[in-house]
Amino acid sequence: MAFKIKVNGTERTADVDGDTPLLWVLRDVFGMTGTKFGCGMALCGACTVHLDGAPARSCITAIDSIGGAAVTTIEAIGDTAAGQKIQKAWLNLEVVQCGYCQSGQIMSASALLASNPHPTDSDIDDAMSGNICRCGTYVRIRKAIKQAAQASGKEG
Amino acid sequence: MTLDRLAPRAAAGLSRRNFLQAGSAAGGGLMLSLRLPFASGEAEAADTGSFAPNAFIRIGGDGQIILTMPYVEMGQGTYTAIAMLIAEELEVDLPQVQLEHAPPNEKLYGNPLLGGIQATGNSNAIRASWQPLRQAGAIARTMLVEAAAKRWSVDPASCRAQSGEVLHPTTGRRLKYGEVAADAAHLPALESVTLKRREDFKLIGTPAKRLDTPAKVNGTAIYGIDVRPPRVKIATLAQAPVFGGRVKSVDDAAAKAVKGVRQIVRLDDAVAVVADHMGAAKKGLAALVIEWDDGPHGKVNTEEIARELGQATLSSGAVAQNVGDIGKALANAVTKVEATYELPFLAHATMEPMNCTVHVRNDGCEVWVGSQAIARVQAAAAKTAGLPLDKVVVHNHLIGGGFGRRLEVDGVIRAVQIARQVEGPVKVVWTREEDIQHDMYRPYWFDRLSAGFDEKGMPVAWNHRFAGSSVLARWAPPTFQNGLDPDTTEGAIDLVYALPNLHVEYIRVEPPGIPTAFWRSVGPSHNVFVTESFIDELAAAAKQDPVAYRRALLDKTPRAKAVLELVAEKAGWGQPLPTGTGRGVSLQFVFATHMAHVAEVEVAKDGAVRVRRVVCAVDCGTVVNPDTVRAQIEGAIIFGITAALYGEITLKGGRVEQTNFDTYQVLRMNEAPAIEVHIVQSSEPPGGMGEAGTSAIVPAVANAVFAATGKRLRKLPIDPAQLRS
Repeated sequence: MAFKIKVNGTERTADVDGDTPLLWVLRDVFGMTGTKFGCGMALCGACTVHLDGAPARSCITAIDSIGGAAVTTIEAIGDTAAGQKIQKAWLNLEVVQCGYCQSGQIMSASALLASNPHPTDSDIDDAMSGNICRCGTYVRIRKAIKQAAQASGKEG
Repeated sequence: MTLDRLAPRAAAGLSRRNFLQAGSAAGGGLMLSLRLPFASGEAEAADTGSFAPNAFIRIGGDGQIILTMPYVEMGQGTYTAIAMLIAEELEVDLPQVQLEHAPPNEKLYGNPLLGGIQATGNSNAIRASWQPLRQAGAIARTMLVEAAAKRWSVDPASCRAQSGEVLHPTTGRRLKYGEVAADAAHLPALESVTLKRREDFKLIGTPAKRLDTPAKVNGTAIYGIDVRPPRVKIATLAQAPVFGGRVKSVDDAAAKAVKGVRQIVRLDDAVAVVADHMGAAKKGLAALVIEWDDGPHGKVNTEEIARELGQATLSSGAVAQNVGDIGKALANAVTKVEATYELPFLAHATMEPMNCTVHVRNDGCEVWVGSQAIARVQAAAAKTAGLPLDKVVVHNHLIGGGFGRRLEVDGVIRAVQIARQVEGPVKVVWTREEDIQHDMYRPYWFDRLSAGFDEKGMPVAWNHRFAGSSVLARWAPPTFQNGLDPDTTEGAIDLVYALPNLHVEYIRVEPPGIPTAFWRSVGPSHNVFVTESFIDELAAAAKQDPVAYRRALLDKTPRAKAVLELVAEKAGWGQPLPTGTGRGVSLQFVFATHMAHVAEVEVAKDGAVRVRRVVCAVDCGTVVNPDTVRAQIEGAIIFGITAALYGEITLKGGRVEQTNFDTYQVLRMNEAPAIEVHIVQSSEPPGGMGEAGTSAIVPAVANAVFAATGKRLRKLPIDPAQLRS
């Protein structure tokens, strides 16, 4: 059946089975390829999006479970205050290597910063340990989250 | 920046005699075609006269500088560093340089350091480009200055170049490069040019911003898996679970009934489900009932393979190194130390699962992929599709993790096999399970070593014999000669230590049916673990400090000694640590880079190992982009710790037992150590950077575990069960 969902502020329709993961609706039906496939089992975090601002693994989020929740993806995270700070810090500190996992990293980090403007190391571990980076950019991700949080502090 | 737009340009008119030749570019700019004479001893030993033109600089009328890159960006920063070499001498700002992927053409872009194969690997892009690409930039700049001077009727020496313009300071006149590019194209090409002095470098040695980063933080970067040709279908597949197995029967009734599934493709040894989207394809795949014929390898298991390799090391092999008289030295040694080591099969587990998009038509074939070896992609696609090479168009893309996996074309062959049976373009995406269970693996290794001491406990004899697969023998057969290849032995035969009697032998043993491949840090991923563990064992047997023991053997290798001393100082070597923690050191010279690590680990009561801190000292010669050097080392350390603590592919009943990131674990944020990188200032030619950190960290961790627990682990990955206290 056809499902209507709101993605980055726009209502979209997908005619797929109800158990189809949101990841494939985004990538293959809507052509929004910024959200990445890594494992299909919520083990790596590459597919992270926000549902009403909370991080969710789109590879295990069935389209029929979304309802009226607002879906935000990497393509629009720069429109949020936290997302913008995170992206800026990512660029400042040259976090990225191959970059494939970074959509998911940025989505997880943005959700963390939006809900917790001054995360501790242990908060960062909790929020980010579900996101694998095979290039091993963890040291810079941690630094970048802290830098983004400092930017929040100055403005707040 | 998307890198998939590619307009292969004809290489007509290139002189084989001239290093560089100028000519008019399409659209009336200056085009410099250039041969990379790969300024290394190995390359010079080859027939230097036969090197083909290898890269192109193009300066358009709009002032843009476009470089066609024979190397692919997979996170190692090569696009930025290569661009820096040219921009430095050309006197342009980095954002003015545009990069394009090279088309498949081994005559033009073959890498002599990789046997003429057009490939990105073995950490040699900067090593190969250091001289020629700076010369290319300098020659272009000189010609642009000359063209401007001619127009102004002034002496070229009274002009200078700056930020993409030619200036005539005395009159204040200026011309943009684009404005004189067409004139420059008509000047005779220069045979030689003087390069900038190091003290005049503006870009080289500064932390430049990566050119590929912005698109990677906002979701616009296009990897192979992201391509969407019009009407593309998505396929996923199940390959025979045992290598060499076959499809016996398929019941696809339920799969065909899945909404969105369009077609089931049956191959001899795989079944694919073609659908509107990956969700439907996966659901269809799960609904298939496939019966497999396991073929000859249905009983293969890892223990058997290890036993066979161990057995092989009891007989002599091909002699890879022989210094002095090992037999006599061992016989006369005051004491002897012996040990065996084992390293497991490893998967690459790149974050971007294997994928390839193919459109097969009657008269041609188009391929979209991210590859480290694009010419091989073209050749494999042509062969599989039964088409001539010139009917196959390949588009290369950013790579979501290479680590050696994308030097292989098995995924391309598979995609073409499927696409031949599909109308229109099809994107074949492997599930993570398929990606891990049908990887081509870092080989399993078994090593047997013995050493002899003099009366002071210093090593006078070093005897090393190992058995395992030769990747190069398959990947580049001519490089395998007399039972040896240069990769398998790197890090084993060229130790930095003064060893008067050194003997190394290799026995090639291929595992039954299991495909093997290069893996980040290649040969040294194996050899450095073994040699740096063993030297640590010798220090312990001699009751000496591991750093002091190594240092005493480094009088003839001052750069190695310097990184060892630096790392010891920065790590606080010798300072007390709490119980249950320890420091381990490693030292290596591979990929033309000197590197030393000190790892600090904590071993819990249950044996769990946590790496708390890693300090690295590196002398990689001249540094092009120091921020990338740091980033590569940080990442390589994480990659290596994963291997030290978790990495292991095992087979049972011919099947790979690991399936996804739950059973093939990789290091996560909460386990990542603090990392410090200290770069030695050097004016030596640049060394390789992408891989060195990985091979160096594994023994440092194992040696730290020994320091913390007194237990020497000689088999990877580290087994916590053996460390319980």
